[in-house]
Amino acid sequence: MRPTITMRMKTSDEALAQAANDGDSEAFGLLIHRHYDRLFRLSWRLTGHRADAEDLTHDILAALPAKLRAFRADAKFTTWLYRVTLNAATDRARKAQRRTRAREGWGQDYARRAAEAAEATEARDWLTNAMRALPPELRETVALTLGEDLTQAQAAEVMGLSEGTIAWRMSEVKRHLREMATEEAK
Amino acid sequence: MDELDKLRAALRKAPAPDEASKEAALRLAEENFTHVQGSPDAARPTDTSPQRAGILKGLGQMFMKSNLKPMMLATTSLVIVGVGVVLTTPLMRMEPAPTAKTKPVAQEISTEANQLPQAASTAQLYNDQTSNSSKQVSGGVDPSPPAEGAIFSRENLISDDDRSVADANSFKSEGVASATVAETEVAPLRMSIAPQRRAKTKSSSFRNRLPQPQIAQPNDQFPDATPNPLKVTTEEPVSTFSIDVDTASYSWLRSSLSRGQLPDPKSVRVEELVNYFPYAYATPEGDVPFRQTVTVSETPWNSDTQLMHIAIQGAQVTERPPLNLVFLLDTSGSMQAANKLPLLVQSFRLMLGQLRPEDEVAIVTYAGSAGTVLEPTKASERSKIEDALLRLHAGGSTAGGEGLRAAYALADQMSRDGEVSRVLLATDGDFNVGMQSDTELKTFVEQKRKSGTYLSVFGLGRGNVNDALMQTLAQNGNGHAAYIDTLAEAQKVLVDQLSGAMFTIAQDVKIQVEFNPSTVAEYRLIGYETRALRREDFNNDKVDAGEIGAGHTVTALYEVTPVGSDAVLTDPLRFGTVAGGGNTSDLAFLRIRYKEPSAAQSKLLEEVVPVGTDRAGSEASFSAAIAGFGQLLRGNTALGDWGYPEAIALANANKGDDEFGYRAEAVRLMRLAQSLSQN
Repeated sequence: MRPTITMRMKTSDEALAQAANDGDSEAFGLLIHRHYDRLFRLSWRLTGHRADAEDLTHDILAALPAKLRAFRADAKFTTWLYRVTLNAATDRARKAQRRTRAREGWGQDYARRAAEAAEATEARDWLTNAMRALPPELRETVALTLGEDLTQAQAAEVMGLSEGTIAWRMSEVKRHLREMATEEAK
Repeated sequence: MDELDKLRAALRKAPAPDEASKEAALRLAEENFTHVQGSPDAARPTDTSPQRAGILKGLGQMFMKSNLKPMMLATTSLVIVGVGVVLTTPLMRMEPAPTAKTKPVAQEISTEANQLPQAASTAQLYNDQTSNSSKQVSGGVDPSPPAEGAIFSRENLISDDDRSVADANSFKSEGVASATVAETEVAPLRMSIAPQRRAKTKSSSFRNRLPQPQIAQPNDQFPDATPNPLKVTTEEPVSTFSIDVDTASYSWLRSSLSRGQLPDPKSVRVEELVNYFPYAYATPEGDVPFRQTVTVSETPWNSDTQLMHIAIQGAQVTERPPLNLVFLLDTSGSMQAANKLPLLVQSFRLMLGQLRPEDEVAIVTYAGSAGTVLEPTKASERSKIEDALLRLHAGGSTAGGEGLRAAYALADQMSRDGEVSRVLLATDGDFNVGMQSDTELKTFVEQKRKSGTYLSVFGLGRGNVNDALMQTLAQNGNGHAAYIDTLAEAQKVLVDQLSGAMFTIAQDVKIQVEFNPSTVAEYRLIGYETRALRREDFNNDKVDAGEIGAGHTVTALYEVTPVGSDAVLTDPLRFGTVAGGGNTSDLAFLRIRYKEPSAAQSKLLEEVVPVGTDRAGSEASFSAAIAGFGQLLRGNTALGDWGYPEAIALANANKGDDEFGYRAEAVRLMRLAQSLSQN
């Protein structure tokens, strides 16, 4: 018996991914609907700009059917998806860098957005500055741990690093933020 | 409020996704899915289990087929043809650089799809296949429904990561071969796949995964330097160069010869061969950091010329300051080979035994993105450091620039007054992501040099060694470059000569020799091509030069042709002025400039070299033999008939104590080179 749509609402991501890999387009559709918002939010946290985030999500989804074949059941689907997203964001930034050295997506895009005064609330401005102050790898770490609420172990798994590195990076983030705060106080 | 909480709260306020673009993206993904899968409807009716049955199912289906035999035959022969084509066709290796504009994968395929409908669909199926071959088997036998070729609307098909791209590439040939495309010719199929490789896909990573003869290693890069030409004393009496204590060239040469291959002449730097060996020169007395000795003797390869041998012996340190080491390790995918990362880890473990409890070690790796693997840790916590070393594994691309920044930052953090900080960079090749050009890297290292942190560069592996960049980095970062080919070499560099490698006793050491035109007709500096300095740079303290480590010995050799000798090669100028009646008792005047570590002002040493030859001691003779060996490998014609047999005899006669067997090894290498050069 084939499972119905309603039954499948509860099917795990991993099972859906496997089914999709075996040719089940319904499972695939369910999977991407389930994760679009999450994907978009992470993209936004990584790029710092709404239009960029939409483009990035769009790109990832377009390539996902082919890429899904690389997914193996021994990993969590979300972990895998985060990794794909990080890599895609890095690739995108590199491509941009080749053209305009615009790797600092936060820097540029937020600078641009700061000009759009209507949109720039005070809180966002603080975020702009904070993210701009961080080097790319710290920004990624922050997006995963603070933005997506992953534990340090989970973030480490996504990024293929040791937990210690994540912990160290978070302490670096704190240092950067503290420096920023003292700068502001001046 | 805690800063992190504030950041967390701000990040939480992500905007809601735009419904329209969400719809568009989802629809596109579903379309692509249908194309890739080639099944417009839901899953095939047999496949209710979402779990993959894996190899067993594939095998089962394979044996259910009635036409198994012909298919096996067909696919096997295709595999053979495929492998053969990949190995023999120069197409893939000599492929022109990928076009700058990345093209959508699927469109490339769909253009080919008319002629090769099946091939296109299978190629697409295997494009991102990174898994083991069991999938290949089951997928290959399971006949997939034909597809029209997928159409991706977006230009950016994002690669999973560099590794998976490389994997996909390396599997492409197998995947194609095992696919059920019996009638398709392999070559056109491969050509249809070739454009798929995106601009960023490294063709080297693809090539390195193919079985290939070990001889062809076209990617190693060496600085291009022609041997120093003969100089006429009346025209150019002054010769200036910086000392060089690197040893990379010698171990590279050894690694080449041991593989039955004469080294690339460009990779042979004579001064590095000579300076590889420890010599028992006269040791310095008192406060001076080193002592220089000059001897003039008959040249082994030409009885009409003289060899001026300048020897510098560095003082040993008795009390050393605490040492801060930052290992900056390349853990990119290419470092997996046994003679790379594993050898490096072994090497550093050897070195740990030489450290004192108060020394500190930190480890930074770079691959894709840079990360700190080990926070600054006291050497007394040896097990912690070893654990960190053993945890290292290779994977990803090479973000060297970022790693270098992180390593220097960590070194700054660790260094306190009176301590010595050094970054040890280990890599097998390119070092370019992040910082765009070698010049940028060089400038960065130069800036950091001023902060007092030294840089040592260790090269590993073969096939992609960027010797030129290693040289540049080490020279400009106040350090030295070594090439580690065996654990024995690691022992020499990191254990036996650790203090030399880690503690600098004199900086920016420059040598200037002025020859007396009345006594010397011609002269030639042997080696030091990459270290030549302009005459005016000698007195300019801002110009960087080589460092001498504790206990290091440095040797420089000039071949000098006295006035009136039969060996003079140039004719006197008919219209030139002839210097007459000058000083005839002096041969040359030697000046050495050096700085004490972290001093800005240089000190000057001067010495007159009188005319007249001595018998060369065994140390000087051995260095002459090695210099001759190096020149033979470079194909230098100045040696005349003097060849390998003479070099071997000279080296054998002057082995000295040779406590560690380095000189005996050199003789073995000379014999190998002799045999190889006769082929």
